Order: sequence, then C-alpha cells, then structure tokens
Amino acid sequence: MADIDVKVAQWKLVEVGRVVLIRSGPFTGKLAAIVEIVDHRRVLVDGPSTEENKIVPRHVLPLAHATLTHFVIPQLPRAAGTGPVRKLWQKNEIDGKWAKSSIAQKTDRAERRKNLNDFERFKVLRLRKQARYEVQKAHAKLRAAAPKA
Amino acid sequence: MSDGQTKQFGKGQRTVPAQKAQKWYPVDDESQPKKVRKTLRPTKLRESLKPGTILILLAGRFRGKRVVLLKHLDQGVLLVTGPFKINGVPLRRVNSRYVIATSTHVDITGVDAKTVEKVSATDYFTKEKSNDKKSEEAFFKQGEKPQKKVVASARASDQKAIDQSILASVKKEVFLGSYLASTFSLRNGDKPHEMKW
Repeated sequence: MADIDVKVAQWKLVEVGRVVLIRSGPFTGKLAAIVEIVDHRRVLVDGPSTEENKIVPRHVLPLAHATLTHFVIPQLPRAAGTGPVRKLWQKNEIDGKWAKSSIAQKTDRAERRKNLNDFERFKVLRLRKQARYEVQKAHAKLRAAAPKA
Repeated sequence: MSDGQTKQFGKGQRTVPAQKAQKWYPVDDESQPKKVRKTLRPTKLRESLKPGTILILLAGRFRGKRVVLLKHLDQGVLLVTGPFKINGVPLRRVNSRYVIATSTHVDITGVDAKTVEKVSATDYFTKEKSNDKKSEEAFFKQGEKPQKKVVASARASDQKAIDQSILASVKKEVFLGSYLASTFSLRNGDKPHEMKW
C-alpha cells in the first residue's frame, strides 16, 4: 500500500470569531467579526475597532456582501456583546495584523494611486521607468555572465 | 389744441382745426422695444485658475501641452507661457474653458512685471498689417521660394524676459521641467472625470 498523507483542509470557514471584510453597503472596506450565524446566508457581525472611522456597528450582514479573511478571534463566545468583542479584538491585534496583510496593502496603494494629481502621476511614471531600467541592466549583466547553453 | 379758423356754415358756425386729424390709423399697436436687462460684467474665472498654476491646454495648435498661467487679461482670457524653451509654447492668450487647471503651481513672483504689462495690452497680439500689396508679380514669385515667417525680435525678447525667472523656479523642482515638456493624453481606462488634477 502506498503511503497516503491525509491533511486537514485549510478552509476559511464561516464561524463565530471569523473576521470578515465588508464588500458592499455603507461599511464597505471595513472589518467586522462574526458574532453569530443567523442562517446559511446571513451572519451577525460586530466591528468594534479602536479607530473611530473603522467602527462597524453590530448588524446582520448577508454573506454575499462579505469576504472571509484569514483572521479568526479564537474562543469568541457565541453572541458575545460589543464589549467583550472589543476586548478580544484588541487582544488579538486584528487591526494591526490587517494593516500588514497584502490585501490591505494593495487597497491602500490603489487608493493612494487614485488620489495622485497630474504631476504626481507623471513622477510615478518616471520613477517606474528608472526602476525598470535598473532591473533590466542588472538582468542583462547576469545573462551575459551566464554560460552559453 | 391749436386754434383753427372759425367758419360760418349757414346759420351756425364751427371751428375748423388748422391741422386735420389723421385719416388712417395703424391697425397694430406700435411695439415697444424690450429693455435690455444685461450688464457688462467682468469675467469671473474658476477658483483654481490662480496665476502660476500649471494648465493643460485642451484645444488649438498646442492641445495637450502643459503650460504656466501668467495672468488673467481683462479681455476675458488667460495669458499663458510654455515656457517657450521647455515646450515650445509662446506667450499666448487662451480661453479658460479649454483648459484643465492642475493643482501644481510654479513660483512666478520674479516675473518681470513691466513686460507682462506690455504683453497684456489689447493690441499686443494683433497682427500687423502687411505693407507689400499683392501684385501680379509677387503672385508668380510665390512658387519660387517661400518666404520664411520672421518672428518679430521684440516678441522674442519679451518671451525671454518673462520666461527667465520661470525657468529658474522650474529648475528647482525635480521632474518639473520634463513634466512641462511632456504632453497630456488620455490612455486606456483613464476616466478624466474621476481623476485628480
């Protein structure tokens, strides 16, 4: 018999404590934790961030409007109130971890690029050109040094 | 009423007016010309059009060029300059409607005020009347060697006087010169109404 390695799948599950990113509605782009599962389409979420502009009030959110993130608040009691959720949210440093995640960084960059003025857009164009030139120069050097296949 | 003659008609008498009343009257009432309620007001330009602002020209021979706004002329137009050395746009009047104002500014405090005053005179940009009448002879000579248009040396020196300090302040910022030299155009996916300028 061949060796069969069985691994537990690393699904992102809809579970109590799962942090979700809200994708539509008035809280678009903000984070909230699942507090209770209402049914197969909707969950109760609460996003008690410490920053004023990132707070999501406790409400029922259709799962179609949410993206699951990798973060889970472990051992969040079912249907915990905003106070305990806030405490665990801070303890698990959800906001800090989120800021470091690649999706947050990408959206930040997109936002910044969108708000550039005409001169700044031109500078980005020029600097990207310069960076590309350096990369290509280094690459050409390596290619020249490599033995002919 | 003017006094007329008094005439005797048999037993009675009556006065005949010196001037007879009109026999015919116009059918329509004479129309009163409408009072014009318009007034001559100075042009009010957008808030973003401050002197020193970099503009993008949208129409005309220099469309797409980025230029420096010098002054609002009381002719209701904007006075701009390339600077000529950077992008080939001379001192020029442009309509503010055909211009995008960017949020970038150039320091123009050092610009020669006297020359600007001279340039903003009403007849500075008007064409001079040509002295040489078009003769038959000149018409046939036309095909031989086209005469090159000479730029009035006064114009060129005015251009230099104004651009001098602008060039100096442009040099202070990295990429600003090449930014002014580059032209603007829309690329795929660009949404000008959503872009910040």
